[in-house]
Amino acid sequence: MLTGNTSAAWGVRLAEVDYVPTYPITPQTEIIETLAKWICDGVMDARFVSLDSEHSMITAAGAASATGVRVFTATSSQGLLYGFEMLYTVAGWRVPLVMVNVSRGLSAPITLEPDHNDILAARDSGFLQIHCETCQEVLDSILMAYRLSEDERVLLPMFVNMDGFHLSFTREPVEVPDIDEVRRFLPPYQPNHAFFKASQPMAQGLAAIGGSLYSYFKYQMHLASMKALDVYKEISGEFEEIFGRRYNTIEEYMTEDAEYVLIMSNSFSTLGKAAAENAREKGIKAGLLKLRLLRPFPEVDIKEALNGKKVVAVLDQNISIGKGGILYSEIAGALYHEQGKPLLLSFIGGLGGKNISSQEFEFIFDTMIKAGKTGKISAPLLLYTEGEWKEMERLKHLAGKRQES
Amino acid sequence: MELTLIKSIKDLPAEENLFPGTPTCAGCGGLLALRHCLKALGKKTVIVNAAGCFTLLSVYPFTPFQNSWLYTAMACAPAGAQGIRDALDLLIKKGRLDPAEDLKVIVLTGDGVAYDIGLSSTSGAIHRHLDFYYICSDNEAYGNTGFQSSGATPFASKTGTTPIGKTSPTGTILAKKDLFEIWRSHKPPYLATISPAHPVDLINKFKKAEQYKGPKLFISLSPCPPGWTADPAHSARLAKLAVDTGLWALKESICGNVRHTVIPRKFKPVEEYLKEQGRFAHLFKPVRQEDVLKEIQEIVDTYWKDVQKKESIKA
Repeated sequence: MLTGNTSAAWGVRLAEVDYVPTYPITPQTEIIETLAKWICDGVMDARFVSLDSEHSMITAAGAASATGVRVFTATSSQGLLYGFEMLYTVAGWRVPLVMVNVSRGLSAPITLEPDHNDILAARDSGFLQIHCETCQEVLDSILMAYRLSEDERVLLPMFVNMDGFHLSFTREPVEVPDIDEVRRFLPPYQPNHAFFKASQPMAQGLAAIGGSLYSYFKYQMHLASMKALDVYKEISGEFEEIFGRRYNTIEEYMTEDAEYVLIMSNSFSTLGKAAAENAREKGIKAGLLKLRLLRPFPEVDIKEALNGKKVVAVLDQNISIGKGGILYSEIAGALYHEQGKPLLLSFIGGLGGKNISSQEFEFIFDTMIKAGKTGKISAPLLLYTEGEWKEMERLKHLAGKRQES
Repeated sequence: MELTLIKSIKDLPAEENLFPGTPTCAGCGGLLALRHCLKALGKKTVIVNAAGCFTLLSVYPFTPFQNSWLYTAMACAPAGAQGIRDALDLLIKKGRLDPAEDLKVIVLTGDGVAYDIGLSSTSGAIHRHLDFYYICSDNEAYGNTGFQSSGATPFASKTGTTPIGKTSPTGTILAKKDLFEIWRSHKPPYLATISPAHPVDLINKFKKAEQYKGPKLFISLSPCPPGWTADPAHSARLAKLAVDTGLWALKESICGNVRHTVIPRKFKPVEEYLKEQGRFAHLFKPVRQEDVLKEIQEIVDTYWKDVQKKESIKA
C-alpha cells in the first residue's frame, strides 16, 4: 500500500534519476522527503539539493538537464505559479525532465485541497502533461514520462499530475515494478543534443531576435509536442508488453454503448465512474471519459470516443474566471467540425477539493437527459448543494457579514 | 596551488576568450572588464547569464565567446549555475564524463539582477557553498532597459525613473546598497570589487580566487556611456576616476577578512568624477547643489576614515 506521493517517489527511484532539486510545499513535500531519505540512506544514487524557491528549483532542474543528467522535481499550486516563468524557459531549452505537480487550489483565498487551475495554467508552456487517477498510475506514468520526454523526436519536459490529499495522501495497493524490467523499458539518458563539456563549447538558451527566428523555434516545439502523440502510443504499447498495464491517452469507462458521457480528469474520476454505474442501474446509458494525456491534446482519440454520443458533459475541476471550464473549451474546440456532434454541457465542481456528491452527479445526468430532449444548452453550471449554501450563510453570519434584507 | 601574481599590464594573459564585434554600446566599461575576467578564467568555462545588457552578446546564431553559454532568466542565474555544477560533478563522479571535460561555472549579470531581483537566488547559491564565480557588471542602474534606478544606483543620480524636476531636484535620494557587505555576510571564501581601469588588480584577484572552492564573487564598476551620459572615449578614465576619488573602493574579502587592494595616495575630490557625467549634471547646473556635493564627499571620507582605522589596526 502506497500513497500517491510515495508512488511518485518510487517512480523516480526506479527511473534511476541523477538529480533532484527541490523546494517544499504542501501537499507535495512527502515526495521530496521520501527521496531525501533514500538518497541519504544510499539506496538511491542521486544528488538532492534544496533550492531557495520554485523559480530557482525549476531553473536548476533545467540547467542540470541541459548539462546531461536525468532530473526530477516536484511542486504544487502556488509553487508552480512562483516558478511559472521557468516552465516556458525550460521547455524552450528543449531539455527533458519530469516534474510532478500535486494539484491544489490557487490563492486567494489560500487553500489546501485540489483543483486543476494550477496545472492547467501551465498547459501552454510546452511541458507535456499526464493526469493521474490512481497511485499505480502515478508510478507508471513517471516511467512513461521519462521515455516520452527523452525521446529524440520530443525532447520536451513533462508533468505528471495528481490531486493533492485525495490522491497524494491516499493509500492504495501499488505494484512496484522490478528494476530490471524498468531498465529494459527505460534505458539510461543519453544527452545527444543538450550538454556542456570543455571539448565542445555550446551556447544554449540564447536570445533569438526577430519574429521569424522566434516563430521557428516555437513551431518546432509545437510540432515536437504533436509528434509526442505517436510516440506516446509506441511507448504505451511497450509499457503494456513489459508490465501488463495499459494506459491510453484517454480512458473510456462504459462508453462503448453510452448515450450520455461525462468527461473528467484525475482522482475525482473515480467518483464519476461510480456515478456512471449508478446511472446505469437506473437505466441511463451513462459512461465516463477520463482525460489522461492533456498535452499534447489527443484530439483524434477524443473525437472517436465521443462519436455518435447523444449528450456529453464536461465536469471541470477548474474555473477560468469570466469564461467557465477550461477543458470544456478544449473539448468544444475538438468537436466543432464533427458531423452529428453531441450536445455539450459544461459543469464546474470540486474546486478546492469540494466534494462532488452523488446528488450532484444525478443532477448532471438529469440535466444531460433534459438537454437531449429539448436541445437546449445552458451557461456553465456551478455545482453547489443546498446544504453547502446554508452552511456558507451561517459562516458569513459568524464572519460578521450582515444578513441582507 | 602555487600563486603567481602579475606585476604590470605587460603581464596580462595574451589569450582572448571574448571576440570583438559585439552589440554592446561604444565604450562599454562592462565589456572591457569582462574581457579581462575571461582572460583570467580561460576557455574551459560555461557562462550562466541573467537578463541584462550582456544577454545580447549571444544572439542566435552568433556568440562572441570561446566558451559555453546558458541564458536563464532575470532572477535565477545562480540557480542555473547550481544545476550545471551539480550535473557536471555527478557526470564525472558516475564516470559518464571525462574529468578533463570539466568547466568553471560563471554567473554573469548586471546590477539590477545582483542587487535586486536575483538577490534571493544568489543568497541561496552562496549559502549552499556552490563552487562558482559570479561577475556583476555594475553600471548603477537597469541599463538594458534604458537606465532606470536599481538598488545599485548611487545617491543623487538621475535615471529614467528618478528624473530631475521641481519636486525632486536631486535624482534618487536613496543610497546605493552595499552588495559587497551583503555578500560578505554569507561568508564566501573570496569576494572582490574590480575595475576595468585596473586590469592588473583584476587579474590578480581572479588568480587568488582560483585557490578557493566555493563562491567567488566579483563586482565591477562599469562605466556606461549612454546611461551615465558620458563620452564613450572616457570610459576607462571614468573608471579610474571612480577609484582615484575613493568612490569605488577596490578591495577583497578572503574568508570574511577585508583588505583594500588599491588605495589612492591622494584622493581626488568626488566632484572631478561627478562633473563629467550627465547623470549628475543637475548637481552643477543651473544651480550648484553644494549641500548634495558635500554629502557625497562626506560619504566617501567617512568610508575611508573607517577603512584606515580598521586596516591600520590589523597592520
